[in-house]
Amino acid sequence: MQLEAKKISFRYQKNSPWILKDVDLTVQAGERVALLGPSGYGKSTLAKILAGYENPVKGEVFWDGAPLPKKGFCPVQMIGQHPEKAVNPRWKMARIVNEGWQADEQTLRELGIEKAWMNRWPSELSGGELQRFCIARALGPKTKFLICDEISTMLDVITQAQIWQKVLAAAQKGGLGLLVVTHNKALAARVCERIIELPKLNRPS
Amino acid sequence: MDRKTARFNTRTRVMVYIVLAFVYLAGVLLWGLLMDPEAYAVDYRVKFLPPGAGHLFGTDFMGRDMLFRCVKGLSTSIVIGVIASAVSSVIALAAGVAAAVVGGKLDSFVNWCVDLCMGMPHLVLLVLISFMLGRGMKGVMFGVALTHWPELTRIVRAEVLQIRAQPYVQAAYRLGKTRMQVAREHILPHVLPVYLIGVILLFPHAIMHEASITFLGFGLSAEEPAIGVILSESMKHIATGKWWLALFPGILLLAAIMLFDVIGENLKRLLNPGSGHE
Amino acid sequence: MEEKQEKMALLDVQKLRVSFDMYERGLQKKELEVLHELSLRVYPGEILAVAGASGSGKSILAHAVMGILPGNARTEGEIRYRGELLDRKRQESIRGKEIAFIPQSVEYLDPLMRVDRQVMGIRGAKEKQETAFARYHLGKEVERMYPFQLSGGMARRVLISTAVMEEARLIVADEPTPGLNAEMAMETLQNFRELADEGCGVLLITHDIDLAFQAADRIAVFYAGTIVEIASVADFLAGKEALRHPYSKAFIDALPQNDFKPIEGFQPYAGNLPKGCLFAPRCPMRSGECEKEIAMRKIRDGEVRCVHAT
Repeated sequence: MQLEAKKISFRYQKNSPWILKDVDLTVQAGERVALLGPSGYGKSTLAKILAGYENPVKGEVFWDGAPLPKKGFCPVQMIGQHPEKAVNPRWKMARIVNEGWQADEQTLRELGIEKAWMNRWPSELSGGELQRFCIARALGPKTKFLICDEISTMLDVITQAQIWQKVLAAAQKGGLGLLVVTHNKALAARVCERIIELPKLNRPS
Repeated sequence: MDRKTARFNTRTRVMVYIVLAFVYLAGVLLWGLLMDPEAYAVDYRVKFLPPGAGHLFGTDFMGRDMLFRCVKGLSTSIVIGVIASAVSSVIALAAGVAAAVVGGKLDSFVNWCVDLCMGMPHLVLLVLISFMLGRGMKGVMFGVALTHWPELTRIVRAEVLQIRAQPYVQAAYRLGKTRMQVAREHILPHVLPVYLIGVILLFPHAIMHEASITFLGFGLSAEEPAIGVILSESMKHIATGKWWLALFPGILLLAAIMLFDVIGENLKRLLNPGSGHE
Repeated sequence: MEEKQEKMALLDVQKLRVSFDMYERGLQKKELEVLHELSLRVYPGEILAVAGASGSGKSILAHAVMGILPGNARTEGEIRYRGELLDRKRQESIRGKEIAFIPQSVEYLDPLMRVDRQVMGIRGAKEKQETAFARYHLGKEVERMYPFQLSGGMARRVLISTAVMEEARLIVADEPTPGLNAEMAMETLQNFRELADEGCGVLLITHDIDLAFQAADRIAVFYAGTIVEIASVADFLAGKEALRHPYSKAFIDALPQNDFKPIEGFQPYAGNLPKGCLFAPRCPMRSGECEKEIAMRKIRDGEVRCVHAT
């Protein structure tokens, strides 16, 4: 099984400049790949397209040989940079984490989510704590691939190291593929086996 | 750190306002609806009495008691306001949500309608619609209902567009939620408070416009005890010093409108995260 | 360092506390303290970085210095500017003149006003604005643009030119680089360096520790609403032995370029703080003393809030 992007091109409007142009990318299930590049090179846009949040103008994304499903639980899940925006502020944490699947005790324990947090509102938790919930929410049984878009950029370095330990353990256990989008070279070298530099892959003009 | 501060904080005060306003409006409404028409019956023996013990608000040129007439009139106005706002708000909710969710041509069409209605003075459109439908209760009701949806539509549409772009809504789709589920679980609960405030702030407009077109003679007929009718009659007698005919109904109408406004504005302050904790 | 102590601090924040009134369920009001006994000094000619997690209240510090906290905030403690107490009146009179603020978000620009008008402000002169724009490579055409027409980098440079326009002595920059590409971020930091070399003091608030390493002279480590250590960048680069506070040491260990090894636990939530030292529950050195009030003290040319630090 593999996640495959074929000739992906993207721009917001007709006549506006291309953000992505003919990007090809293949990541095997179980592989850990970093997508490295400074901001403004379309890293996040590519991540969104790969996770099905955004449709490419040209090209297509394949999972396991078939186009990425548009409905139902998507096998490719994404975790973003701002956990506080990725949760409904009007929901309690227990409802948030169970939105896509019934998160089991073990997953929650392994991510270091404390029982007391389940009864809180998102505004009562820190970014690092919320990010754990976002990861738990995305780790359903149907999840085969995880896209991590700058998931620790806004966290302090200790929380960053904590979060990555958890994510790597979960990916290992579930045999998940991992695409790590980051601007931090040291981090990419730490968590990934292969590093792709987006500026080399994507030459819009 | 856990110190509870003074009991009478902004939120408490706002709640008191809201309860007071609600009691006044509900009181007028019920009193008017349940009132025996005999209370404001014609009695030529007592015409043009100034306010006094027997008739608190005085009587008019046909000897009708102004207090009862005003309350009955205001109650009618509130009924019209409530029904018209309800219809308006349903149109607004449907059009706003549809425009934002479906987008494309429908969105352009809704926007075009909104611009069209808002580009014309309210009153002109109202008079036209009411006149076309033969005035009276039906004309006023349709007129008011069909002219008050555009602003709310715009608000609802903007809210839906904003919430739809939120990462958590997008994530919900990827977690396997259907459009209907997302609309019900994420979008509606978010839009509802803004929408309710919009509806409440619609009431005073609707009541005011009902009174206005009735005053101008395009609304309720002269026999009905309506605030607009009362005020327009009072104009004939005001020059002869019958001040109470205009003053009391005016105050009652103003109070009702301002109270609705108080409720709406205060709710807005409470629900707005920027000022909600002051 | 000795010399520095003799110079008068440009900005002197002593034991600053900021709390917010919040509603709990229903009508109960509750006070939530988000900054606790925070002390720091910014000297002329230096960049002091305040580094800590996003959402931990660093921006509140900037807003307190600028006097732009929301209405439900309450402050205690002292903020002095060049020795003078900075009260609300004083803040209003020198804000945007002697003290410039570079906000986190471009949304602080007025969307309906052309850029040159905004940069000039009420008092500014056209020439000054032109010089400032030339300095930050903003072309003539930018002057006539509205904020929505600016790219992220341009907007950031516009905000900085607003700051230099008024010849500010103190610059408070709240997360100035997110959204900029690497070159632009470096350029922004370079701009701060130049301003500092000209004698300005810069208070740089950031969540990006690598950025602080590159740009700052001293770094203040922000933890759970207070500052636990202030030390020179050299100390941070030298490794954990050179640092004083156990949290700063743990912090160095957790960097991906070092061991990437986190300590257990979480930063405590503002409504649920431990007594005394805020780091104590996670600290390997904790003892009974840690439950008392811990004051900031000087050790080896740095400042630290820990009874065990050496």
